[in-house]
Amino acid sequence: MQKHGKQTWVFSTPPKLIDGAAVAGPDEGKGPLAHDFDLLYADLWAGEKSFELAEKKMMQDACDTVLKRNQDKPIDFFIAGDLLDQIISSSFTARELQVPYLGIFGACSTSMLGLALAAFLVDSGAAKYALAATSSHNNTAEKQFRYPNEYGAQKPPESQYTVSAAGAGLVAASGSGPRITGATMGKIVDMGISDPNNMGAAMAPAAADTIYQHFQDLQLTPDAYDLIITGDLGQVGHEITKELLQQKGIVLNDQQFVDCGLLIYDRETQPVFSGGSGCGCCASVLYGHFLKRLQRRELKKILVVATGALMSPLSYQQKETIPAIAHGVVLEG
Amino acid sequence: MTEQNEKAAREEKQPVKMVTSEEIKNQPQTIEQEMQQKQKQQEQQQYAALAKEKNPPRPVFLNCVKAFVIGGLICVFGEFLRQMFINYFGFPVKEAANPTVAVLIIISITLTGLGLYDKIAQFAGAGTAVPITGFANSMSSAAIEHRTEGLVLGVGCNMFKLAGSVIVFGVVSAFFVALIKYFIMGGNL
Repeated sequence: MQKHGKQTWVFSTPPKLIDGAAVAGPDEGKGPLAHDFDLLYADLWAGEKSFELAEKKMMQDACDTVLKRNQDKPIDFFIAGDLLDQIISSSFTARELQVPYLGIFGACSTSMLGLALAAFLVDSGAAKYALAATSSHNNTAEKQFRYPNEYGAQKPPESQYTVSAAGAGLVAASGSGPRITGATMGKIVDMGISDPNNMGAAMAPAAADTIYQHFQDLQLTPDAYDLIITGDLGQVGHEITKELLQQKGIVLNDQQFVDCGLLIYDRETQPVFSGGSGCGCCASVLYGHFLKRLQRRELKKILVVATGALMSPLSYQQKETIPAIAHGVVLEG
Repeated sequence: MTEQNEKAAREEKQPVKMVTSEEIKNQPQTIEQEMQQKQKQQEQQQYAALAKEKNPPRPVFLNCVKAFVIGGLICVFGEFLRQMFINYFGFPVKEAANPTVAVLIIISITLTGLGLYDKIAQFAGAGTAVPITGFANSMSSAAIEHRTEGLVLGVGCNMFKLAGSVIVFGVVSAFFVALIKYFIMGGNL
């Protein structure tokens, strides 16, 4: 592994993303990507007695789906994170898996933070197989970060809808699948947004910063990629990111620059406001949708940038602004 | 370790500097820090303008109309209930408000439990926040939400999570209103 420029890793023996699984809830099952998921739940309880356990069940099911298909490959490390306090969904899943566990928190950037770390471990020889997973659940996220789910508060048009989904990806030193050739680790960017309903605007500068830095570090232009995919910026954040990049001289067109939060739902018919958000958004769209397209060779090279808003319910009540981060991973088919 | 060494080690230890909060607050800023701060503020202001421009406009006028109509309809329905209790159930005019409120609360909680109240509220906005139904919704939604944490620490502790501030500030403002009334009307409450 080599460090290029300020923030980018280039893996010397690129690890492979040999398998991935995505599970999702009922709203995602009504969206345009419904056929790409491995499992859909008819309701948000997923057969459990609390929504927190339902989220854990989702992550567990995503991991189990991958593990069942790869029984001959012993997992060396499990890297996972989620949005709940003390990342319980991840730790409770790790309790079942019984392999060394690295719990991480990067809010909604966790999906790519986990994948980058998994690739780093495999590339360095510390692991042969590493499993990266993350999840989010609409009701647990609302409960933790906003109001009770049934409370009648009107949401503004720039707010986002937390995706109920989980994704898991298996990274290996060898095998078939897209190569993970590099990763750009983000730094915190805080442009003074303090409204927790406006996550897209809070995270957009971080996304723009990481994408710009990625091109700087590797001396690349956007033409090098078939797609540049952001995690969960939604309509508002996605447009701002495009504008910020344009100001720095990076012009992306709509065909090339897409957002998982906009792909997972049909905003015309589903009441999701600015689009989807949450750790599970980027993870389920990457491991469910884009991984299949990479495997089919429809896509040759993509950059996936997951963004996270690193505030807590307490910090915004204390009027702190929202620190945001974005991590990018390069996948080549 | 010999005794001598121990003594030497003890003497070598410098006392750690302790700063008071006062000292930290009064620490002078370097010009560089000030410049940096100013630049950051400027960047944030510029960004706030861009973010505002890209935010979809809030339909404030339409929201007001919706809130007025739905809130009004809830009140009309309440009045209908009150008249019903007066005319058909023989309640005296002064006491008919009590069963009216009870019926509105039951309806509000039922709609909350069925998962419909929040959907109506997304459309109606402030219209469904009118005291009785909104209050019942805030309490029952919190109770449902925290049921998994048990009856005492879950439901009991969290039921007033949202409604609590209404009670606190309701009581406080009632106190001051009563005080003003006392001074204007001179004790003839």
